[in-house]
Amino acid sequence: MTEKIENSTFSVQVLSDFNSLGVKELKNLSAQNLWSLNEKEILAVQMYFRSLKRNPTRAEIETVAQSWSEHCRHKTFKSPIRYQEGSRTVLIKNLFEETIARATRQTKKPWCLSVFKDNAGIISFGNKGKWALAFKVETHNHPCAIEPKGGAETGLGGVIRDVLAAGLGAKPVLSTDIFCVAPPDKKLSLPSKALSPERILRGLIAGVRDYGNRMGIPTAAGGLYFDEGYALNPLVFVGSVGVLPATAVKKEIRPGDLIVVAGGLTGKDGLHGATFSSANLNGEDHSTAVQIGHPLNEKRVMEALLAARDQKLYRSVTDCGAGGLSSAVTEMADIVGARLHLEKEILKASDMEPWEIWVSESQERMVFAVPPSNLKAFEKIFADEGVKTRMIGEFVKTGRIEVLWNGQTLINLSLKFLNNGIPVEEKKAVYISPKIAESRVFPKKSLSEQLRDILSHLNVCSREWLIRQYDHEVQGGTVIKPLQGTRHDGPGDASVIWPQAATKDISDLFGFAVGHGLNPSSGKIDPYQMAWLCADEALRNILCVGADISRAAFLDNFCWGNPENPQVLGSLVKAAWGCRDASLGFQVPFISGKDSLYNESKDASGKMVSVPGTLLISAIAPVPNIEKAVTMDMKGPGNSLYIVGQTGEEMGGSLYNELNGIAGGVVPRVDVRCVRRNFAAVYQAMSKGLVASAHDLSEGGLLAAITEMAFSGEFGAMIDLDAVPKQKPIYSSEVLLFSETPSRILLEVKPEHEAAFVKCVKGSCVKRVGTSIANPIIKIIGLDGLVLFEESTAPFKAAWQRTVLP
Amino acid sequence: MKSPKVLILSAPGTNCAIETSNAFAELGARPDIVPLRLFKEKRVRLLDYDIFILPGGFSYGDEVSAGKILAAQVKLHITDIKNFIRMGRPVIGICNGFQVLVKAGILPFSPSCEQSASFVANDSGRFEDRWVHLRINTQNPSLFFKGLPEMIELPVAHGEGKLVLRSPKQLEDLKRNRSIAMQYVSDDGKIAPYPANPNGSVFNIAALTNPDGNCLGMMPHPERYTKIHHHPNWTRQTFQKQAFGMAILKNAVDYCRG
Repeated sequence: MTEKIENSTFSVQVLSDFNSLGVKELKNLSAQNLWSLNEKEILAVQMYFRSLKRNPTRAEIETVAQSWSEHCRHKTFKSPIRYQEGSRTVLIKNLFEETIARATRQTKKPWCLSVFKDNAGIISFGNKGKWALAFKVETHNHPCAIEPKGGAETGLGGVIRDVLAAGLGAKPVLSTDIFCVAPPDKKLSLPSKALSPERILRGLIAGVRDYGNRMGIPTAAGGLYFDEGYALNPLVFVGSVGVLPATAVKKEIRPGDLIVVAGGLTGKDGLHGATFSSANLNGEDHSTAVQIGHPLNEKRVMEALLAARDQKLYRSVTDCGAGGLSSAVTEMADIVGARLHLEKEILKASDMEPWEIWVSESQERMVFAVPPSNLKAFEKIFADEGVKTRMIGEFVKTGRIEVLWNGQTLINLSLKFLNNGIPVEEKKAVYISPKIAESRVFPKKSLSEQLRDILSHLNVCSREWLIRQYDHEVQGGTVIKPLQGTRHDGPGDASVIWPQAATKDISDLFGFAVGHGLNPSSGKIDPYQMAWLCADEALRNILCVGADISRAAFLDNFCWGNPENPQVLGSLVKAAWGCRDASLGFQVPFISGKDSLYNESKDASGKMVSVPGTLLISAIAPVPNIEKAVTMDMKGPGNSLYIVGQTGEEMGGSLYNELNGIAGGVVPRVDVRCVRRNFAAVYQAMSKGLVASAHDLSEGGLLAAITEMAFSGEFGAMIDLDAVPKQKPIYSSEVLLFSETPSRILLEVKPEHEAAFVKCVKGSCVKRVGTSIANPIIKIIGLDGLVLFEESTAPFKAAWQRTVLP
Repeated sequence: MKSPKVLILSAPGTNCAIETSNAFAELGARPDIVPLRLFKEKRVRLLDYDIFILPGGFSYGDEVSAGKILAAQVKLHITDIKNFIRMGRPVIGICNGFQVLVKAGILPFSPSCEQSASFVANDSGRFEDRWVHLRINTQNPSLFFKGLPEMIELPVAHGEGKLVLRSPKQLEDLKRNRSIAMQYVSDDGKIAPYPANPNGSVFNIAALTNPDGNCLGMMPHPERYTKIHHHPNWTRQTFQKQAFGMAILKNAVDYCRG
């Protein structure tokens, strides 16, 4: 059915009978070509071309397919949803608008400079708002399942380009990476083509390491989470933070600006990445859908871009990510319009059809809008860095996207159709709260065994083996390292970055911290509470290093299964509501986000398995004076230990429950009013230099946290459980030791600061629970006043430092 | 001379030029980050500068082997480097810069500039970033360690940092002409294997100089310890009140000030 209208090797392909095809044939065509357009969508495309009285070219359909893909459009988040829970039905017009976007609007933070519009969220930063911070976290799940190393490399490369294309370009100063994978030490039965968890994990680490280290950007805020639910679909979250001058936040397009591509050449790698990301992975070969990364090329592009930015040589920039030129140019053209001569693009493969050039996702390319008078200077800067540039068209005030191929029309589409023509379809969501009977098991293990099992659990144990493979100190700005303590090996809650390499001003002591919250185990019981817990954890982590959380901003990343399944969508809606309420509750706006759906695959028995609904909330906040930052390692004997927040009998989703085979239980709740007061008091005390160390209580609860503080500082601690503030009376010491009630932090205060500290935290729930001691032991006084637990920290540190990958 | 001019070489893939430059600016020197291209185009003269820095990074992606391509380029386009060193002006190759100096045959010093040593992958088989204890060779005549204690700490971050020599005799020569500037040691100052020695370098060598002591190649990164808040334990306040990396760079600047 393809008819060539030109007799050269490359030609414009017209789908000559497209307008006369029936529904079934159209659907087949969409599936064959990996367009991922559903029935309604492909019919809308046909209707559009019927109204034009002509058949489309293949390139035109490809353009529509990528523009309308889940990856570019976030259809699930932006379609109407009919939500049902029990007898209650809610009609949601636009989930994104009604949850995350609304919360951000309502928090009204004037220091949010760009939210949800640009390639990254941008907030004000530094003294007198001279600078801005751009932050973006993205998923790169589908490619990483097939080719973990290449997937991780291009994932990181892509998110770095997002930050390079935030505003007029930010200098990346921090990379973050979070991997959700299956435990490598468990025998799992996998389908024949699936990679083993160990191979996936090794590949992911190698990818981030080799790309990040070569880019000269510190990777210092990561995480690793193990759950069997990720065996077939690993989740990979890569993030980048950049610094840009506040004057470089605004971008614009003017008709007459030239469209210039700079960077790597275009090849066949990465065809259909955008549409492929909404396909299920079923063991078929998708190798051309994964791109190949080259950090040195990206580094050259980065250097040239920042130099050109400082000379104000271009008016707008975007990166070539999913959907390639097609996506980048249409996004930039927005409502203006663009005319291109695609034959001017420089190729690295000789056998490319024009439509392939248009949608290729070859890496390390950026698209710029350059005023004609600046073109020469622009080209010179890039040439000096050894980066190829090519002017391939101009922005024109037509409201259309027109692409010519050697004078022939390859694409001529109205932007209105591309941007608004997508048919919306009401989706169905159902939420049935899981009926998990709470089993009452009385564990027979001793406290010592419990603690050892917690600290050596894959989700708790040391990440040193991983962190050290990343250059987390390049750029000379990592003033609080991810590993802390006497022997530089304790589990820091967050890193603090002092971006001297971007500001080039070492008298400016402004820094920032980034933290993450991820808690899929609570999501299995209650996705709404999961969102609260993620938000709380992300804030808690950065508060522990001294960040000003009244200036914090959130990023969301949703990774769910197939949203066509009403139950999957139901839990997604719940989590989005949780995000909205947590954002409003904490008064912390979301500035950027991403969703990755269709994370499901057939298992060895052919059953479709989807990942546990996984929400990642990342928080970023300034540390106005890096010299006031705090670490988690215990600083000395004879200091008072305080606990922030009340402990509740909330064991649902806790590690203790998991390790003891206890199902169900109450998922903890965040008492936000109380928490905000507590957190503000803690920040006050920290900014006055009154806190010697701070560590958050997370997986494993109080006993794990105090043990980590003690062994990292090589001291000991004595804690009196009776003094621990409780929401309601708690009679079980195990609950007090292992409950994972959120919003709690352990603080160490030196005697000389105690009076000032007590004054500072007056009116908030911060209670003294013990003292640090010189002997490296942990001593717990039980509720009955007797010694409940008294053990040396050494064996626990050894358990915590277990090997994950041999 | 009031304010020494510092040339910090940049090439595709060098990563640490800006923080190195910031440190020199803080010391009152005048740092310039100069792309290798300008040497090729003969638009810059090394001898117009007082200090020459080859910063860390992954020059040319460390393809072929670490620092190899840049070493060839330096030999070809920065021919003045031999004169620069002979004139006694300070040169520091940091991490990748040290690899470049070795692969260009500048260190270990030989009059003919023939490569006599190399770097291979760390014994651990992977890239590692961590702080190490170093012992400065008090016999070493170099200008870079004045006023520093014998034991210092600095961070290393590399994947190919294991120095290998041609022969045991070469090691004896290096010892005899006091060219070994720093060694990796344990926290109590002893020559010890991994992890004290992060890469498995022969004789725990972390830094070398030429016999005159004005050309220093070091795997650790002085530009990552220019402020006490760079130290992993600054919040514990048990370390010395001096940022040792800054002290090394300052010695180079002070030397030029005379």
